[in-house]
Amino acid sequence: MIRIPCPYCGERDHSEFTYGGDGSITYPALDAPMADWLEAVFERENVRGLQLETWHHVMGCRMWLLVERDTMTHEIHSVRAAHTGLAAVLEEKS
Amino acid sequence: MTRFSAWSVFRNGLTGQKDWDRQWRDAQPEKQYDIVIVGGGIHGLATAYYLAKNHGLKNIAVLEKGWIGGGNAGRNTTIVRSNYFRPGNREFYEHSLKLWENLSHDLNYNVMFSQRGHVSLLHSPGAVDAAARGYNTLRLTGSDAEIWQLDQLKQEIPHLNYSANARFPILAAAVQRRAGTARHDAVVWGYARAADSHGVDIIQNCEVSAVLLDQGQITALETSRGRIKAGKVGFSVAGNTSRLWDMAGLGTLPIESHKLQAFVTEPLKPILDHVVVFGVGGTHFYMSQSDKGGLVFGGDLDWYKSYAQRGNLPIAQDVAECAISILPCLGRVRLLRHWSGVCDMSMDGAHFICKTPLDNLYLNAGWNYGGFKAGPGAGWYFADLIANDRPHDVVADHDLKRFERGVNLDERGAGPDPKLHG
Ligand SMILES: Cc1cc2nc3c(=O)[nH]c(=O)nc-3n(C[C@H](O)[C@H](O)[C@H](O)COP(=O)(O)OP(=O)(O)OC[C@H]3O[C@@H](n4cnc5c(N)ncnc54)[C@H](O)[C@@H]3O)c2cc1C
Ligand SMILES: [Zn+2]
Repeated sequence: MIRIPCPYCGERDHSEFTYGGDGSITYPALDAPMADWLEAVFERENVRGLQLETWHHVMGCRMWLLVERDTMTHEIHSVRAAHTGLAAVLEEKS
Repeated sequence: MTRFSAWSVFRNGLTGQKDWDRQWRDAQPEKQYDIVIVGGGIHGLATAYYLAKNHGLKNIAVLEKGWIGGGNAGRNTTIVRSNYFRPGNREFYEHSLKLWENLSHDLNYNVMFSQRGHVSLLHSPGAVDAAARGYNTLRLTGSDAEIWQLDQLKQEIPHLNYSANARFPILAAAVQRRAGTARHDAVVWGYARAADSHGVDIIQNCEVSAVLLDQGQITALETSRGRIKAGKVGFSVAGNTSRLWDMAGLGTLPIESHKLQAFVTEPLKPILDHVVVFGVGGTHFYMSQSDKGGLVFGGDLDWYKSYAQRGNLPIAQDVAECAISILPCLGRVRLLRHWSGVCDMSMDGAHFICKTPLDNLYLNAGWNYGGFKAGPGAGWYFADLIANDRPHDVVADHDLKRFERGVNLDERGAGPDPKLHG
């Protein structure tokens, strides 16, 4: 079982979370060229190693998190709130 | 190589089975090949076989980093069926199923293909209607399909959980009788042996670590057994496709690598004659009984991206719950083993058999967790692509640019999220 240290709830089993997906994707502006959308929606680096990804603490605080995890060893390297404003507040406090 | 026949089995019985030949050569790498296929799973081996057999090509090698069949070919739950509906997928899987039906004869190797029928349980009137629509499509396009109402289902498989109090009571089943299972190792060995007899070099312990390029062409592959020059190259490496793609400097792909587990119980007396599938409320569970008596279970992906060939425990629990909910009599049966394989999950759940931005590189990938049944067909069409340098009509939409054209071959209608396709 992967254990994810949620910044709100503490360390929990990954089965409390749902996996979002590749967290390195940023969606382009609505009127951006089609090619940019194509890339954001369909193309993936599919890293073997450290990757940024989103997880939702759906059985806990229900917050979305940005997690750095190794896709080969499953080791978690960092966790922060996905919402940049919340992340900033939390990180200032600690 | 000795052909297997009733006579050869009898004769070797008389001499204590000591006189069998090696089934294929332990080929050493040459410096150069006209065609190099990377990946010694079913797909790579089948491709090499059909390149030689259907197209008369020579000087072909299959490079495998470990041992052949050590990847998903040897890890899957061996379900073979053709009940796919999207144009392109429909013809492709039906062709593959037809190849399966004659494969043991064609390869002169018993792949133990058992057409025991594939029974998908249906739990709501809506599901029955949807299945009827799908199965009409199958019948109208030259395949077989049946809907079994409850009375027939009870006759065929009497010991399922038919309780009216079940969380999801069973209403009917969608059935493909020509579907079934096969012996995974035998398919790998059969293709290897047949390809080898056509002169294909099957080179194990040969990991490709770099791709050498010159002006939009691959010139050679750097491997753990030295540099190998190549005329044409085919990638057929399932869950490792993005790794090879990266070595070729080609950037991103509409693929993510996820792992899927399989489970086998202790051996039992014969208890289940069919492949039974239970999928409701997003779950996905399938089981069959192997010839050794073990019940083989499969479920969903582990839900997060992974290159690790080991599975997690929450899925073991989900799968066990599904098994008990449809066959409660398994309550005391113990699981013997579970394992996992890394699947090349694509953005729409369909495959790629296509040309690439490099002139002499061809791609066979995006098999999700359905590539075992596809093995013969994929080898057939991939060989056709490599030999003729153009895709066959059946795989014309199975290219990397289909999303750009707005084409999604999405059987489940799940959208562009690889983990949701099965
Ligand atoms: C648990 C599980 C259950 C499944 N159940 C089913 C099922 O019931 N029905 C079905 O149709 N499909 C099923 N599948 C899917 C199916 O097994 C795969 O889609 C299919 O086997 C993939 O094709 P392959 O056999 O060629 O792949 P593989 O056997 O994985 O072959 C790829 C090969 O490439 C090699 N390779 C990788 N990188 C390199 C490199 N750098 N150099 C050299 N070689 C390399 C690997 O070692 C591997 O042997 C299942 C998969 C899993 C994991
Ligand atoms: Zn939390």
